[in-house]
Amino acid sequence: MQHYKNLKVIQRDLAAAKITCAGLVDFYLSNIAQSQETNAYLEVFEEEARQKAKELDQKIANGEKLGRLHGMVIAIKDVICYKNHKISASSNILSNFESLFSSTAVERILLEDAIIIGRTSCDEFAMGSTNENSAFGVVRNFDNLDKVPGGSSGGSAVAVQANTCLAALGSDTGGSVRQPASFCNVIGFKPTYGRISRHGLIAYASSFDQIGTLTQSVEDAALLLEIMAGKDDFDGTNSSKSVPKYSEALQEVSSDKEKKRIAYFKEALENEGLDAEIQQKTKELLAKLQSEGHTVEAVSFPYLDYLVPTYYILTTAEASSNLSRYDGIHYGHRSKDAKNMEATYRNSRTEAFGEEVKRRIMLGTFVLSSGYYDAYYSKAQKVRRLIHDYTRNIFKNFDFILTPTTPTPAFDIGDKEYQDPVSMYLADIYTVQANLVGIPAVSVPLSHHSNGMSFGVQLMADKFEESELLKFGKKLTL
Amino acid sequence: MDINNELIDKLANLAKLNFDDTTKEAIRGDLEKALTFFEKISELDTENVEPLIYMNEEVNVFRKDEAKTLISRAEGLKNAPLQDGEFIKVPKVIEQ
Repeated sequence: MQHYKNLKVIQRDLAAAKITCAGLVDFYLSNIAQSQETNAYLEVFEEEARQKAKELDQKIANGEKLGRLHGMVIAIKDVICYKNHKISASSNILSNFESLFSSTAVERILLEDAIIIGRTSCDEFAMGSTNENSAFGVVRNFDNLDKVPGGSSGGSAVAVQANTCLAALGSDTGGSVRQPASFCNVIGFKPTYGRISRHGLIAYASSFDQIGTLTQSVEDAALLLEIMAGKDDFDGTNSSKSVPKYSEALQEVSSDKEKKRIAYFKEALENEGLDAEIQQKTKELLAKLQSEGHTVEAVSFPYLDYLVPTYYILTTAEASSNLSRYDGIHYGHRSKDAKNMEATYRNSRTEAFGEEVKRRIMLGTFVLSSGYYDAYYSKAQKVRRLIHDYTRNIFKNFDFILTPTTPTPAFDIGDKEYQDPVSMYLADIYTVQANLVGIPAVSVPLSHHSNGMSFGVQLMADKFEESELLKFGKKLTL
Repeated sequence: MDINNELIDKLANLAKLNFDDTTKEAIRGDLEKALTFFEKISELDTENVEPLIYMNEEVNVFRKDEAKTLISRAEGLKNAPLQDGEFIKVPKVIEQ
């Protein structure tokens, strides 16, 4: 079977009876078996996927109406609920939990005939940038098994990278879709805050979280967005704005001569933490875009060094509140040796949460505690306003902001430097801005490092400008 | 930022977590490092800046206040670590 990168091609070949859904599922299942050492999947829904494929093939044979995602085999990150299936957020605290309902995103892709092939590993509760923090083992980069895949949606990125599915869903709180996409040579897309319902997405930091996609074509990202986006009564922070036909907007890209205005930050490109080869390739891309007639200008961004601290103050605060629901009482792990309620809470949480999760709960508890609230939490909310206003203002004069996705290519598994939390947090320097501001962003593959690993380039656009963002993203992949 | 054991105990109580002597020392070091890093934002002047709290642009999103049954009792109990078919059981709350 050929390596499909685009659902359109699959649907064309299905219609021409060159392939069947059953054959496609078998092919992906054999790729899963062959890439098992990556540890990308926590569970493969083998029988179910085969069954669904059979049903679809029957529908095709009968000439019945097909959903818009027929032929798409997709994996979902272990923080996205799927009714009557296990979900654990890669944590021991939910190791035997089965979801009672499907997330709105999953509900909508199932209605369009997507086949869900399995659930993928991630950093515990989506907290991490390496996928080393899963309670169920490290995930490995398929291009080099000694390297991390990035995180937190590392399993989803590897699932797509290893061609075990056409696409995968992830979640992006500070770069958790875009950073692993960069490390794994795939396309990672995070929509505007509130564009896709968060109903059924396990909460990490509610004012940052957004479901995103990992795909091999921008077209598939656009189609998935079109299907998952839109008003949902189960999520009050979800936008009621009408959903444009993102997939149609992409059709004219190759012939389109439209000139865009692109801003980049000098501070970001001259940042001392930025790898020299990534810096070089990003500069070359900017020069190329300029030579093609786009406006490319340096804009000053005085908040670069404040992005990561602001992000971690606010997200740890929200996490400490969101994770208070894991108390060992209603569901999840309960400590065997607790004799009273207080001990049940404390022992259950202590036994089942991993180190990074505990660290973030403690940090969040600190910044929210009396005496420190104003200096940390409240102050960070004000800085978030400054960053928000400054960034949105740039879009008055520019269509996009272009930055590297990550300061370095994928690092080694177990790298001492990234065992230090602050160093790991700084790996998010280019991606957290989009979540702090609530704007959409996409990472597309840019080049390969001399160490053999891939890296991406990131484009950010103003709120709800996904159509333009995806169009230009596609142009960068041509 | 100087973090002492007393503060760690206070936070651990609020967060409902336990730390023994070894893990306490590790979390103390981690917190100290992270909080020093966080202090960077104190350099910025935020006088007269309103905190940004809600990221969605729509205010007052109303829906009808209707009672709906979304899950059955059996479903509600399905994931409980200890239950008797009717209730979730917990350890004794009042000591004799």
